[in-house]
Amino acid sequence: MQRNWIVLVLLVGFIMTWPWSAVAGEGKKGGTITITYKDDVVTLDPAIGYDWQNWSMIKSLFSGLMDYEPGTTALTPDLAESYSVSDDGLIYTFKLRSGVKFHNGRELVASDVKYSIERTVNPETQSPGQGFYNMIKGFDDVVAGKTERLEGIETSDEQTVVFELSRPDATFLHLLALNFAFIVPKEEVEKWGADFGKHPVGSGAFKLKEWKLGQSIEWVRNPDYHFPDRPKLDGVIFEIGQEPTVALMRLQRGEVDILGDGIPPARFVQIKNDPKYKDQIVEGGQLHTGYVTMNVRMEPFDDARVRKAVNMAINKDRVVKIINNRAVVANQPLPPAMPGYDPDYEGYPYDPEQAKDLLAEAGYPDGFETELWTMNVDPNPRIAQSMQQNLAAIGIKADILNQSQGPVIAAGGEPDQAPMIWSGGMAWIADYPDPSNFYGPILGCGGAVKGGWNWAWYCNEEIEKMATKADSMSDPAQAEKRIDLWREIFIKIMDDAPWAPIFNEQRFTMHSPRVKGKPSYFVDPVHIPINYENIYVED
Amino acid sequence: MDCNYLLRSFFYFDLPGIEFAVSYAWRKFLRKKVAVTAAGVLAVIILAAVFAPVLAPHDPYEQFFEGLTLQGAPLPPSAEFFLGTDLLGRDLLSRLLYGARTSLIIGVVANGVAVLLGTFLGVIGGYVGGFIGGAVMRFTDLMMAFPALLLAIALAAIFTPSLWIVALVIALVNWVWVARVIYAQTRSLAESEFIEAVRSLGASWPRILFLHVIPHLAPTVFVWSTLGISTTVLLEATLSFLGIGVRPPMPSWGGIIYESQSYFLDAPWLVFFPGLAILMLALAFNLVGDALRDVLDPTQRGRG
Amino acid sequence: MFLFLAKRFGASGLIVIGITFITFLLSYFIPADPVRMLAGRSATQETVESIRHQLGLDQPLPVQYLKYLGRLVQGDLGRSYKQKTQVAELIASRMPATLKLLVGAIFFEVLFGIPAGIFAASRRGRKADNLAMIASFVGVSAPQFVVGLLLLWVFAYKMALYPLGGYGGLSHLILPAVTLGITGGGWYSRMMRSSMVDVLQQDYIRTARAKGVRESAVVLVHGLRNAVLPVIAMIGMDIGFFMSWTVVVESVYGWPGIGQLTWQSIQVIDTPVIMGVTLVAALAIVIGNFMADLIMPLIDPRLRVR
Repeated sequence: MQRNWIVLVLLVGFIMTWPWSAVAGEGKKGGTITITYKDDVVTLDPAIGYDWQNWSMIKSLFSGLMDYEPGTTALTPDLAESYSVSDDGLIYTFKLRSGVKFHNGRELVASDVKYSIERTVNPETQSPGQGFYNMIKGFDDVVAGKTERLEGIETSDEQTVVFELSRPDATFLHLLALNFAFIVPKEEVEKWGADFGKHPVGSGAFKLKEWKLGQSIEWVRNPDYHFPDRPKLDGVIFEIGQEPTVALMRLQRGEVDILGDGIPPARFVQIKNDPKYKDQIVEGGQLHTGYVTMNVRMEPFDDARVRKAVNMAINKDRVVKIINNRAVVANQPLPPAMPGYDPDYEGYPYDPEQAKDLLAEAGYPDGFETELWTMNVDPNPRIAQSMQQNLAAIGIKADILNQSQGPVIAAGGEPDQAPMIWSGGMAWIADYPDPSNFYGPILGCGGAVKGGWNWAWYCNEEIEKMATKADSMSDPAQAEKRIDLWREIFIKIMDDAPWAPIFNEQRFTMHSPRVKGKPSYFVDPVHIPINYENIYVED
Repeated sequence: MDCNYLLRSFFYFDLPGIEFAVSYAWRKFLRKKVAVTAAGVLAVIILAAVFAPVLAPHDPYEQFFEGLTLQGAPLPPSAEFFLGTDLLGRDLLSRLLYGARTSLIIGVVANGVAVLLGTFLGVIGGYVGGFIGGAVMRFTDLMMAFPALLLAIALAAIFTPSLWIVALVIALVNWVWVARVIYAQTRSLAESEFIEAVRSLGASWPRILFLHVIPHLAPTVFVWSTLGISTTVLLEATLSFLGIGVRPPMPSWGGIIYESQSYFLDAPWLVFFPGLAILMLALAFNLVGDALRDVLDPTQRGRG
Repeated sequence: MFLFLAKRFGASGLIVIGITFITFLLSYFIPADPVRMLAGRSATQETVESIRHQLGLDQPLPVQYLKYLGRLVQGDLGRSYKQKTQVAELIASRMPATLKLLVGAIFFEVLFGIPAGIFAASRRGRKADNLAMIASFVGVSAPQFVVGLLLLWVFAYKMALYPLGGYGGLSHLILPAVTLGITGGGWYSRMMRSSMVDVLQQDYIRTARAKGVRESAVVLVHGLRNAVLPVIAMIGMDIGFFMSWTVVVESVYGWPGIGQLTWQSIQVIDTPVIMGVTLVAALAIVIGNFMADLIMPLIDPRLRVR
């Protein structure tokens, strides 16, 4: 029996909340906005793009089977009209929305879905998202280069796609909402080859009009978009290579509508205190945690008491103050906006005296010398210095090694190089709003390999078993139980204290007065900095 | 002053000798005052570096709780913190005093080595000429095109970051510019009439080189060794950013500017005071050096 | 002359090849794995290895280098690891902006530097001289970021005389070029002054003065011609300098020059791009120095003898 009721519930919810009812009243169509960025846009190929800047750009140019409701982390079908999951959680059947067109005018059909995901998994594409889809049947054969066809994706007709998984995975729908599973037209990919990323053709709300390398990118509305009431804007212009401080001046003068890089830290306090800008700044959480890893394989961090002492030594309030209160203090790996966050957990208190006792107990009454690695972009060296002073207070002399991100990431991926790393600027923002994403690569045994991202080299067999169990609970009826299990996992991890969680960054988006929309569109947890599809302008 | 002005305007074009004598005495007086002041500034900087622990009103590493506003902004100059605080709530004055050590080593030693090396190779390129000279200058071209930032990152990874590594990198990067300019000047000098004259009198080449060519290069060398102080102190900050310079929290003048320059509009003191310190160091060196040359070699008066 | 040119071009070719070699070597000394940076944080070991294989980074270093040279000879600079775009296309897209900035900056450096230097030399030891000296020290000691931001704030934000950054025509070019002119002009003025002082003491200047030539003519006609040589050498060097060291000014003004490309590619160890921009910088330096060496004899005829 297929569980069609989920689809029904989702559909009802979908029709009720979105898009015609909720959106009908807010905002008229028209207008163009300008957004500035400091760094170059690397690519707009959904299989390749994987930085916070191009991530949400791609979301507006392409579309996938699944998406999130604007401004939330709730899954909703996008190109899929409906879907169903088999009882064993191994078969996912999607019915496609009909009449969806690519920007080149061709209709999007089921074989495009199959092609696009196979393209991401194909090693020749060099997609950073390849590993996400390892539960689709036939994944290993494609990775090994034996075939280009994924056995686990079938298209019975032009509107139906069936996925067969090799193991149940509760996060699968989230994975289909990732950019790496967005649909691309084969003929355009083959026409442009490696340059597809500069000539993107999708089925998203906007289409690319012009790209002046290193200068600007211009989008125009996709008139054939499958949600007829979206997008609100006629176009979006991205100006590239602009220093954030100057971009702010331009916004103050009305030349720019959104600061892509956010309010520059150097001007944050002044702007925040200015009542003139009160209505132009939107604050929101994001799925981010900043933490210090302690390499559990290196002395003296192989002793949990030492790691706990570090947790107690760091004055997190002070660290948050140094970045002008643009964050909230963290006591566990998961950020508050993530399902599975435990609001009742109290964490380790700031208590240098007890930290000293713990160090003495572990056999380091006079402390020890170690290294704290950090990425060199402000404010990370400052944060590291603040923690360095805290550590010195309990006798730990930590030398700060500040380098560009490449060497720091490389050192973290070695079992014996970096005793402590401050994660700022490098890790970790969730790829998708599910606690599983905060475990596997950064705290699980799978990430504790050479070149991996588990910089604490933490691997606890018992927790690994719990995590495997949680990930296989794909039955929606168990969803809550599954989240409970994850909650338990992360609190258990804190007992071993491989990390000292420091803070969860808050987002502050500043926009010009003419740009309107629900506040949640400006701090959308999935679309950073803003949800381009839903905002509108009033001149 | 008036008298001098009259004399000068009267005799200026026709009797340079008199202008020479009068203004010489006048300038000597003036120069001494300036030079004495400059020497004083220099002494103060060196003493500050040596006696920083005694002079500093606060621990330069202490991040004061009350050194930041509630919103985490640095404090402007006040009675408690004479020059204000930095972005971590540390006392700027104390950090400037301690930072003088780093900046003196970088500005004077690293830049000095670069200028000496550049001068030596530039003279070889321009005076010796031929195959050796050509090879030296092509090597200079090579070094000039070399991606210095890449070199810095690679060195930062290979060696433990330290002040001496920075000094080495700066010397390695900067000598080429000196060499190039010295080369151009040496070539022109080598062909000038007076060198021709000395040569025809049968002077040996070392004699020509050391007594006639090098003294004429002195002003250029002097420009580079004084102006270079400013640029190398700032360059050190860039290298620190790439992980090769002094490690935080150790202060350096360039480093203070670098980490707080984007705060310039709201916390100008963080850029102004260290900037002033760098300017004073470079200017003082220039003036003292100028005066010293006056005393030691009257014919070189007023160059540089 | 022909022989000179041939020799020089031969040597230049060697320099360029030498630079590619050292750059290539250096990018491998950096203990960061470009493939890891490319593959992102969620990539599996297999993904990483397959990307490494496709980029040819699993081959021995000499093989990689020779292959690079082989492609280079055919005019192929390769594709960016990160952007996948042709390196040649990336560089070409930024060349016009860099060249504009180069011309603008040198114009202002010369405009500020040379007259100030001549002025100071002709009033040596007097107040004007000291003022010029202090000004040049201030210019050289001022961080470019701060000067740039200050000029923007005053002239573009407060007074709205110029656009607030961005790439475009003359009005966009003036502020970034002036910023570079202020911070670089100090060098020109000091160099100009010192060599002018030296020249003005030489016998032929005395002769000219004794003949009753006007002082301004002495300085500008007889003095300048000889004193300007080291400054020309500096302009030659600047051409190369601007290829990679203007990143600060470029980012303050949102100027899409090659400096930003260099900086960003070094941060992620995008070797093909690093190699590409280094090659361009090397060529620019070779050409700049070469032109300086060619121009000098035209100004100072004595140098033609060699």
